[in-house]
Order: sequence, then structure tokens, then C-alpha cells
Amino acid sequence: MSRRLASLLALFALVTLTGARDPILVPEVSQHEVNLQQGFTGTELLLFGAVLTPEGSRAAQDYDIVVVLKGPTRSIVLREKQQIAGIWINAASTEFRSAPAYYAIASTKPISEIVDDKTAAIYELGLKWLQLSPIGAINPEEQARFSAGLVDLNRSNGLYREEEGGVKVSEQVLYQARIDLPSSVLTGTYTAETFAISKGRVVASASSKVEVRKQGVELAIARFSDDYGFAYGLLAVIVSVGMGWLAGRLFALV
Amino acid sequence: MDVYLPIANLSVNGLIIIGLGAITGVLSGIFGVGGGFLTTPLMIFYGIPPTVAAASAASQVTGASVSGVFAHSRRGGVDYQIGSVMVAGGILGTGIGAVLFNLLEKLGQIDTVINILYVLLLGSIGSLMAKESIQSIRAERSGVPVAARKRRHHPMVASLPMRWRFYRSGLYISPLAPLILGMCTGILTMLMGIGGGFILVPAMLYILGMSANVVVGTSLWQILFTTMATTMMHALTTHAIDIVLATMLLLGSVTGAQIGAMFSQKANPVKLRLLLATIVLLVAARMALGLGYRPDEIFTMAPL
Repeated sequence: MSRRLASLLALFALVTLTGARDPILVPEVSQHEVNLQQGFTGTELLLFGAVLTPEGSRAAQDYDIVVVLKGPTRSIVLREKQQIAGIWINAASTEFRSAPAYYAIASTKPISEIVDDKTAAIYELGLKWLQLSPIGAINPEEQARFSAGLVDLNRSNGLYREEEGGVKVSEQVLYQARIDLPSSVLTGTYTAETFAISKGRVVASASSKVEVRKQGVELAIARFSDDYGFAYGLLAVIVSVGMGWLAGRLFALV
Repeated sequence: MDVYLPIANLSVNGLIIIGLGAITGVLSGIFGVGGGFLTTPLMIFYGIPPTVAAASAASQVTGASVSGVFAHSRRGGVDYQIGSVMVAGGILGTGIGAVLFNLLEKLGQIDTVINILYVLLLGSIGSLMAKESIQSIRAERSGVPVAARKRRHHPMVASLPMRWRFYRSGLYISPLAPLILGMCTGILTMLMGIGGGFILVPAMLYILGMSANVVVGTSLWQILFTTMATTMMHALTTHAIDIVLATMLLLGSVTGAQIGAMFSQKANPVKLRLLLATIVLLVAARMALGLGYRPDEIFTMAPL
């Protein structure tokens, strides 16, 4: 903490000496590493930092703060169930080349009150503006339906979140937002971006990284399963036969 | 007790999983079926991805059938000859099942196919069992015994070429019949994560016409090796076995199986069959509802 304070003070000094025009953002994340291992049931990340005017004084009231935590993007196929002959089966599908595995946005005010649609689209501020890169020529209406479906699905899984008013600014200089990561998060490099917005214009932004990864036994198991399928299968067979046999022997004693 | 599952990529309550294993273990001990037909759907309802659930359930069935095989082989209740033919068919079936699994997954229809298979199989077998046990309960009450079914194999079996003698089963039939039967259960094991005992036993009795005293032991023998082959197949193709999940399931089910076996010696077998039929039909009904009602999420996502 004292190091952060020191860097803050250094910036303070820098700003007062140079008198730059853009506001200064000093973002920080409570955890730069999230380890998926035994006992992990999800976690809460604290995205916080300071925002200063170019003169180096506190004046956060002039800025709206938006923080975005975004997971790695990947290609996915999204399928839609339709009722055919009385049963619900996957009837339509589309592919997205860059669906983020996780996306959370928190802001001081509803996004629509902070920026116009164009700016929101450019900076991907909000689930509505995610650039999912659908593959194949499907009509815009259908595309919109699928995109909305993907967002809804992930919202109910807790992997996409929108928290308007989730950013709290105290003393007009320190901001903070709490963002939940559920236990089903995927591994990869997550980026935490902070935007300072004034009069509908993004005046400063800064980003930092959060590594989500498996560790220890969990990492070993996942690697073992992926790289040495045969040995892993043998192990599973030995464990199951061994436990069945052992239980039989133990109960024979009772 | 929170446990993080490294392959399923989520955290679950370990006690619930062990309890789930125990319930199916008790059932398998009582009825001599693997209980996979109950574990897989329950795990899916609990939120475990279907592929991981099916892959991990097979090892639980292996564990639950081990002690049964030992017990039956001790009193000569396993026909190793016909059993080995069925195991060969079963291994073949898991290979075919793996190809089908892959194909259906690419088409995005694996879940629907699994659900429909469950409804059809459990529905038909469950109603057959229910009908039979109600008949025998009635017969018990009225004192008029049900006419014993004449033991003979299905005419279709008789028409197959090449005949072998299977002494312990008292059969002179084509080995193709048990091979095909084994193959079908192998496919089902791979797709649904079930051992297939509740299909095998009636099929061995009424289609192959095996003598009743080796049916249960031989079916357990076949299930033991087929589920082992399935586990290997999943480990090599889908990489979806979660060993942490499987170990917890096993912990519950092997213990439950022993308790169930003790209980089954005291209970009335006819009533037990009716109870099993009811459970099977309930699972089938639940799956059927799932197909017919609009699901909460009509969208599903899979990595490309």
C-alpha cells in the first residue's frame, strides 16, 4: 500500500510540475492473479484508483468513471432451440469469432447518460456494444437476436455483468468498484480498463492485467487429462476398480 | 464443503456429489443395476456440463459393479464365455459410440439425442418392469402363480449364422447375438454414461434366453469391462473425465452399494422391482418434460 501511495505522490508531483492537460488516472486491481484451485468458489475483485485533474487537484466530480473487466475472447458456436414436433431441439446456430469469456462493466451512472451510442460502441462500453464478430452472412435482425441471446445466456451464468452505479467515488478522488468472478470463469489474461469520461468524451484511460489460471493439483490434473489421455484413463479405471474392491473388503469385515 | 472441479471448471458442494453417489450406490446394491441412469441426469440437473457428467459417471458404474462381479463369480454365476463375447461387442460399441458422440456434438444435437434416448429406454423398460411386477404382486395375492415364461431365445437370434455352445448359459446360439447386444450397450454407455444393466438383464433373459442363474453375474461382468473401456475411450477422445468428480461419486456409491446389498437380502424382491420401475419411470417423465417444456435457456454455447 505504501508503494502505491508513493507512486501516487510521485504522479502528483509530476502533474504539478508539468501541468499536463488530460486528467490523470491511477488504476489498481486488488489481485493481479486469480488462482483456480481447491476452495475457489469465485472471488470479488476490487478495481480502484485515483483520478486527478491536470492540475493535480482532486476533482473527480467532473469525471464519470467506467471500469471494464474483460476476459479472453474465443470463437464459439451459439445454438438456438426451437420447438419442432413438440420437442425443443437445437434448430439454428451461428458462430462468433470474438466472444469474451467474461465481461463486466461498472460505472458511476447509467452508460447512456455518460456517453452517446457512438462513443459507447467505439470503446465497447456495455453489453449492447460488445464486438462479437459473427461469422457468415446472416441478416442483421437474426444477428441481433443471436447476440442478445449470447448476452442473456452469459448474464444468467454470471459471466457477463453490467452494474450501473457500481463505481463509487469518494472524496472526489478515489474511485472503487467491486466485480464478482464466479467459480466457472475460464483461464486466461483478463484486462481491467478504466475510463475517465467528461462531457461524453473519453479523456483518459488506463488498463492493467489480471491473470486467471489453474494452479497446483488442479493445473496438474487438467494437463494430465489433456496431454496423457491414456494414462489418465488408466488412473480413472484403477481408482474406480480399487475403490469398489476396497469397499467390498471393508464391508466384508463388518 | 466446496470442491473445485478442474475439468468441469466449476466449484460444487462435495457433500451433494457424495450423497448423489450414495443414493445411486444404494439403488445399485439393491437392484443390481449400475445406477448410471440416475447419476448422469442428476448431475446435469445440478449444473455439471453434460459431457463431463456422462464421462465421469461411467467410472462410478465400474466401481459399483466390482464387488458384485466378485460375489457372483464366487458362486459360479458368471458365464465367462458368453460374457467375453459381450465384452468384445461392448468395446466395439464404445468405439462406435465415440464416433457418434463426436458427430452429434458437431451437429449440436448430442443433448437432444441423449434426452430422447433416456425417455425412450427408461420409459419402455420402466413400463415393462412395472407391468411385470404388478402382475406378480396380483398373483401373490390371489394365490394363482403367473405361468412361468418358457425359456427360449428370440426367433431372430435363431436365424443368425454360425452357432457356438455356451454351456453355463445353456445355449447353442450364434455368438453374433451376444456380440450385437454387447455392442448396443457399449454405444449407450458411451453416449449416456449408463452401464445398461437394466436393458441387458431383460435382453439376456428374453432375447438370448440365458438361464436365469447366470444372467445378473454375466451382465455385471459385461458392465464392468464395458464401463472400463468407456472410461478409456472418454479419456482418449473427449478428455471430459473429471477425476475429482468421479472420486467423490465413487466414495458415495461404493459405500452405498454395500449398504444396498445388505438391505436387498431382507426386502421383498417383487416389491423392490416395482420400486425400481417407479424410479425409472419418474426419471423418464422428468426427461420427457424437459423436452416438451420451453427450457429456461433456449440458447447454448460451445467453444469452436
